[in-house]
Formats: sequence, structure tokens, C-alpha cells
Amino acid sequence: MTSTHRPSDGVVTSGVGLFADALDAQAVGVNRVDWRPPMEGTEDDLVTVATDPLRLDANRRAVDAMTSTQAMVVDVAPASQLLGLERGQFLHAGPPLKWENASGPMRGALQGAAALEGLVDDPEDAVALFESGDSVSLEPCHHHSAVGPMAGVVSPSMWMWVLEDQTDGRRTYCTLNEGLGKVLRYGAYSPEVLQRLRWMSDVLGPLLGQAVRATGPIDATGILTQMLQMGDEAHNRNRAGTLMLLRDIAPALAQSGADAKDIAEVFSFVGGNDHFFLNIAMPACKLALDAARGIEGSTMVVAMARNGTEFGIQTAGTGDQWFTGPAQVAEGLYLGDYGPDDANPDIGDSAITETAGIGGFAMATAPAIVRFVGGSVPDALATSRRMREITIGENPRWSIPVLDFMGTPTGIDVSRVCRTGILPQINTGMAGRVAGVGQVGAGLVTPPANIFPAALSALAERTRARR
Amino acid sequence: MTTTGFEHVELRRGAYADSVALLQVSKDVAAVDGVTAAQVAMATDLNRDVIAQMGFTLPESTPNDMIVAVRLDDEGTLPAALEAVDAALARASRRSDDGASSEIEPPRTTLSAFDRTDAGLALVSVPGASAAVEAADALDAGRDVMIFSDNVPVEHEIALKQLATERGLLVMGPDCGTAVIDGIGLGFANAVRPGPVGIVAASGTGCQQLLCLLDHAGVGVSAALGVGGRDLSEAVSALSTREAMRRLDEDASTELIVVVSKPPAAKVAEELREYAATLTTPVQFALLGSGQPDLTTTAEAVLETLGRPVPEWPHQGETAQVEGGRLRGLFVGGTLCDEAMLIAADAVGDVYSNIPLEPRLELGADRRADGTVMIDFGDDGMTAGRAHPMIDPTLRLEDLARTARDGDASVVLMDVVLGHGAEDDPAGSLAPAISSAVETAKAGGRELAVVVACVGTQDDPQQTDRQAEALAAAGAEVFLSNAQATRRALSLIGAAR
Repeated sequence: MTSTHRPSDGVVTSGVGLFADALDAQAVGVNRVDWRPPMEGTEDDLVTVATDPLRLDANRRAVDAMTSTQAMVVDVAPASQLLGLERGQFLHAGPPLKWENASGPMRGALQGAAALEGLVDDPEDAVALFESGDSVSLEPCHHHSAVGPMAGVVSPSMWMWVLEDQTDGRRTYCTLNEGLGKVLRYGAYSPEVLQRLRWMSDVLGPLLGQAVRATGPIDATGILTQMLQMGDEAHNRNRAGTLMLLRDIAPALAQSGADAKDIAEVFSFVGGNDHFFLNIAMPACKLALDAARGIEGSTMVVAMARNGTEFGIQTAGTGDQWFTGPAQVAEGLYLGDYGPDDANPDIGDSAITETAGIGGFAMATAPAIVRFVGGSVPDALATSRRMREITIGENPRWSIPVLDFMGTPTGIDVSRVCRTGILPQINTGMAGRVAGVGQVGAGLVTPPANIFPAALSALAERTRARR
Repeated sequence: MTTTGFEHVELRRGAYADSVALLQVSKDVAAVDGVTAAQVAMATDLNRDVIAQMGFTLPESTPNDMIVAVRLDDEGTLPAALEAVDAALARASRRSDDGASSEIEPPRTTLSAFDRTDAGLALVSVPGASAAVEAADALDAGRDVMIFSDNVPVEHEIALKQLATERGLLVMGPDCGTAVIDGIGLGFANAVRPGPVGIVAASGTGCQQLLCLLDHAGVGVSAALGVGGRDLSEAVSALSTREAMRRLDEDASTELIVVVSKPPAAKVAEELREYAATLTTPVQFALLGSGQPDLTTTAEAVLETLGRPVPEWPHQGETAQVEGGRLRGLFVGGTLCDEAMLIAADAVGDVYSNIPLEPRLELGADRRADGTVMIDFGDDGMTAGRAHPMIDPTLRLEDLARTARDGDASVVLMDVVLGHGAEDDPAGSLAPAISSAVETAKAGGRELAVVVACVGTQDDPQQTDRQAEALAAAGAEVFLSNAQATRRALSLIGAAR
């Protein structure tokens, strides 16, 4: 029969095993699908979306837009200047949130930021300020082209990385990483936390800005390509990326003419913080994913973000709508004698890395991380392969050597999540439940399952409306 | 945070494990009976702070030292705790020996399977509500798809076929039982030789009958493409039939296209004839219905068109002679049941059935009537929660035994459909059941005649001759042609025209 593809090249079977057996008996190659029923109640919406004439091309365009984005680090400057944030304006991680629903670490970070901005002298006094809501406002980072790890709190005086797509001038932003332990993003607000933040605004930010401008645009996407080959998955492990960044800006820092003691402090602060590059990886991922927004008919996830109370996703085909459900507590290992009761539900915009196909999705390239849940190297390999079951494609630039240079699984497909029940795997840090505690552990977490059928339903609704 | 009990802190100089491994070690040690807190960590400033906060007093150290800090219920637990530390550290440095978990998990969707292989076609038999989703995956991969699943909503079918039409792809089904492509049998299909006839079929067992008759006449097929029973309805408007005809027209080895279907909606029939006129390959329509030729006549017409001789259609065995009485047909093939009813209706008038020609002839739950009865055991209503009777013959065998016992009928007409996907040896259970039925009737002072249409080819896994011989030996009269078998059964009750 006239067709480019023929059953003699093999047949993919789903369902009754008998027919696959009959093909086996005819010496035809059979590839059996391990089919299982989809998430409850999604059958009709899945068919509507599957037969949407726009979907195939829309998803291809979404993945192409994302994987062809080159994110360049072009500047470091204060949020007031970059985002126009004014006194009393605060950004936070995740979907929209009101103070009364905010978790301990989110409150702690906001209290610390209020003190940093001089709205209150003592962070404890900020509780009344946020409760009253007078002269303060809370908005998601994502609504301002920004992302923030953990609590993700941004206030006007904080300095931020600026990443730019130089083909169209789009930009994304993220604050500078404070390091581990007692830090604002984990909800800590003790004097040492605020003191470090002040040093970052007074010394670190200005020096980095000067160095970046002197060095010229730094290819963040290119560094990500390399670090994935060096054992980093760019969410919980950013060691190689941090050192590559330092290598790139070191000459300009050395020639900055700044006080040698300040330069040395910058070197040791950046070099001593294995997560420093995370705050570049995240806006680089957002810049790429934002290129895929607003594509009618696309079922691709363009943001996964948590505010410590809720987990939210946005898709390419549903505009700025958030689909949210309760944030889960990560499974993993605890610092000191902290335990599961001490951990806050999942928090942070850093799941933008998984949304872009790295982090938990690139687990295979960073086997060290799998031990966060007491797993093994084969688990890490299996995880990356399993994530490919729910993604539209692979990233040709970001590859995993140990999986024979398979591209990272790219473009989470709402449909495929609903069909397989496989939830995106996210590598994450765990914040203490109580404001002011800081980090209590690290581990693995998934989104609440129900947000995917909700997003699917909205996509199906739009498909029906177009018919 | 408790600070009572016994505390032990030691430095292991030069020992190293990465921080993640040490988190696991700490967790393992803390789980030991009698250990109330444990921390094993490299002595960085941060870790020293954490351990100090837990209430331990630390000696001077460098970041290259490993700290082991445990708090115990009492001193006696110390050896066990330290042993646990060593064991956990040993585990942390050991490679996993669980080779099995590194095996690649099977694909969970049809699209994922196509991402992994160059397979040329998808065969979908998942529950009807999900079939269109798997089928759409095949279309996304640029492949044709056969959908065996039934209970697929017609809206799904239309949307899927419209998508396939845009992309020049073929959707066979839903509810498509049979296809042969490149000589490969898909679903329930007979092993046939390559040849000049291209079949487009909206009926699975109708297609199988045609394949087997042509095969017996020495004529093979280029392909048999199923399209699903609803394709020629006005709603679906023959989208797959047209694509299948187009494919066969482009195929150099196809000399004649045969379209097998129940009579389509008038508008669809007209459009199809217009379309057929645009093709370079001649098209013969074989429409199954009242006043239309039966499948055997169609096969003969095909042979005549090709200029090939029409053979004697084989039959063997002798049945008991009966006088009068009723005819009861027990079928596994829907189209074969339909064909038998159409032929019988001309001879005896009313035929009662679970798939009746007219609604008033619908059988009740006991499947009995005072007259000619034909039952399709493969109908949806009789397969809910069970395998198809071509795979599981239980219900039909029960009916045969009951008919023999009750003397409900003097002639039983049955089909046996062979080929890929069907039972390994249908005669293995049916032949003894026939012998036993004939004996039972005799014991009751009656005669029971059994006529069988055995639809198969010699190359089928079950070998049609072997099956027919076994059935004939059991006392049945066996035909290849379902129409001939039906006429023989009617003549036995004295109703043949």
C-alpha cells in the first residue's frame, strides 16, 4: 500500500495484549504502550484537546520559541530602577497571595524586607503593617517579568540580575542569591540576614553591575548548556555554573578600581555560595518560557510556581490565568533534628527550572541530588526518562551525557500529565514552617495533581469555543 | 529540643562524604533505637552552627574534618550507634547494585512509543472514551492508525477523521476489526497471499469472508483497509473510505478496488460514486443489504471482473436429515449474522435477533422466539465485561447445548471465524460440543442438524482444513461460504427458495 510508513516497520499497540501477540506471531516488531486510564473525569477534555486542529502546530511553535531563546546577562541594578518598585511595594514567589493566607516563611521574608526598606525598625512590627494592608502591596514576581527562589520577596532596594533576549529586547529579572542557612528567602529575618542584604545592596550589586557592563553580555543559556555536562541540574546544584560565571566576570571585577577588600569579599561570597548561579538560571528559564506565552491551542506549561500556600501553573494557551491547588510538603532529608512537622509546604518560583526541562527533569545529569530522597543513580536516570513521557520535546542545546546526550525533556504537556498521571518532579529546598527559622532541609516534591485537569478543562473550553 | 541523656561527639579527620550523602547517613543513624539525635556532617561553619544549635559542644576543627555527633538515651547504646554510623557511611559510598531499576520503563502513550521507534502504524484497543486520544498521537507522529475499540462517541470519530484528512493520513475505525496491510494481519485477520484486489471495508467479518473466498479462488489482496462501521454514515461522510480508496488507487499493485459496506446514506453513496469516477483504478461497490448481492456473489463478481474462474466453494460433512422444525443461527460475526438474516428473510419472512433487521423482531432477554432466530454473540450487548466470542466461546457453546436439550430448533447454523487474533483452535471446543448436542437431541428422540460456515484460509494459524475436518467429523456440514451455509440450513427446514 502507498504510504511512507508501513506496519512492516513495526506497530505501536495500546490496549488488548492479544493483538500485540498476534503481531508478534507474524514476526512484526511490536512496541507495546503501558496504557493506563487517565486522571479521573478528563476523558472528554483530553479528546477535545487532542483533536484541536491548532494543537500540534501550536505546541511545536511553543517549544521552538522556548528552546531558541538565548538569555544574556546584561546588567545588575536595583528593583526600584528596573521594575519601578516603590516604597511599600513587594513582590513574592508563586501565584497571587494575600497576607492572611501567607505561610510562615513568606511572612518572615516580607517582615525582613519591610525592615530592610525602613518601613519598620523591628521585623516583628511589620506583622501589623501587613495585616492593615495600608501603604503596602503584594504581587507575584511573575507579574513583573521576574522570578524569585523560595519566598522570592523583592523590595525596591534589592539589586537584580537583568537577562535579555537580544533579538527582541524582552527582559527578565531575579534578585541576587544570599547563600544557604539563615537567609531571607527561607523566611529568616535576624539582624545578620538584614546586614548581609545591606552589604549585597551596597557592595555586591554595584560591583557585579559594573563588572557585567564592562564584560559585555554574558551568555547564560550557554553556561547552562555547559553546567548540565558538569554535574549541575541548575536547581539544587549550581556549582559549576557559579564558577563559570565567576570566571567570566573576574577580569572586569579585578579591573573595577574598587576597594580590593570589597572585591575580595565579592569573590569569596560568590565562590562560597554554590547556589549563586541559580538566580541567573531561573530568569534565563523564564525568559525562554515567556517566549512561548500566548500561543492559542498550545497545551504547554509556561510557569510552575509556589507561594508556600498554593502551587500554581500557567499554560501557553490560557493567557495569564493561574491554576492553583494546595502546595505539598517535599519528601527528603532534614538538617539537624528538624523533621517533617517543621517543614513548610513547597515554596518558590524556582520550579521555573523544571518547567524549562532542567532541575528535577535533568536529574540524570546530577546523580548526587537523587540522594535527597535516599534514591539511587538508576532512579535519577529513570526520572529524566520518565519526565520525557510528559513533555512535548527535547532541548537540542541542553543534553544529558549519561543518557547518550538525550536532550532535556522540554515543554510539559498538560494533556500528557493528565493521561499518564505522571507529575512533574521538582528538586527543592525546604523552608521552616515558622517565620524566622530558615532552611530545614531539601528534597523532592510534585505539584498537586488536580491543577492539571483544571488547566486541561480551560484549554478544552477554549477549543470548543473556537469550533 | 532535649539535651538530656548521653552525648558523644567525635572528629574524623580526613574522612569525606558529600553533604547529600551525609544527610542520609544522619537520617539512618537517628533512626537507630536509643538514638535521640544524630548529625554526621563535614565541619563547615554552617554545619558547626547547626550542630551547636542542637546542643552539642564541639571541639576545634577544620572544614575538612567530619563531625559525628550523637545523643543517646544512655552510654550503653554508643557502640550500636557508632556501628550504625559506619554502616551508613559504607552504604553511602557504595554504588547501587540494583541493576533492574535501570531498565527503561515502557512508553506510557502512543506518541512516546513513536518517539522511541520508527514503527509505521498504531493499533489502538483501549476503552472507547480514550481511543481518540491514542489515535491522535499516531496522527501527530504522521502515522496511520487502526482503532479496534468500540463505544467511541461519533463526535470523537468525526474530529479525528477531519484531522487525519487534513494531514493525508488514514484512520481505520473505530470499531474496525480487520485489516491486512503489507501482508500483515491486524486485529482479526486472515492470512492471505498478495494480489490485485484492494478492499475497503466498513465491516470486519464481511471483509474476512471476502478475503477467504478470494484466497480459495487463488486471488490475493494488495491490502484490506477497514474504515469502521459508521464511516459511510452521513455524519462521518466516508472520510476514511475516500482516503483508503485514494491510497489503493495510488498503489500500482491494486487492479480493482472493492468497497464493502452496508448501503450508505444516499448523499454519501452519490459522492463516493463521483469520487470513484475520478480514480484510475476501477471500483466495485459491494453493498450489503436487502435486495443486494450477498458476499459470495460479490466475490464471484470480483473474480469475473478480473477474468478469473469462479471455483466450486468447498463444503464437507453430512448432517442429520431433519424434517421441518426451526432454524437457530449462532454467530460470532455481525456481518455474517446480518447476511444470514437477509437470506433467511427472503425464505421464511420474520427472523428474530438481538441485531434484528426491523425493531419489532428484537429478541427478549431469554433469546427465544417462536420462529427463526439469529443471534450475534459479538454484539456490544453481549460482550460487555467479556471477551469477544472469537476469543471466548463460552456463551455460544451454552446456547448450543441448551438448544439441543430443549429441542428449540431442528437446525443450528453457526459461523467459525479463523485468522490472527482468533481462538487458537475453535474446533477443539466446538467439535465436541456439536457431537454432544447431536447426541443429546437423539437421546430426546429428535434429530439436530448442524451447519457451519468456517471462514478461514489454509495459511491461517488454525488451518481451515484441519478445523473443517474436525467439525465435519463431529457431524456438522461445513461450508466456506456463509451464504451457501445459510441456504443449506434453510433447505434442511424445508424453507429454501
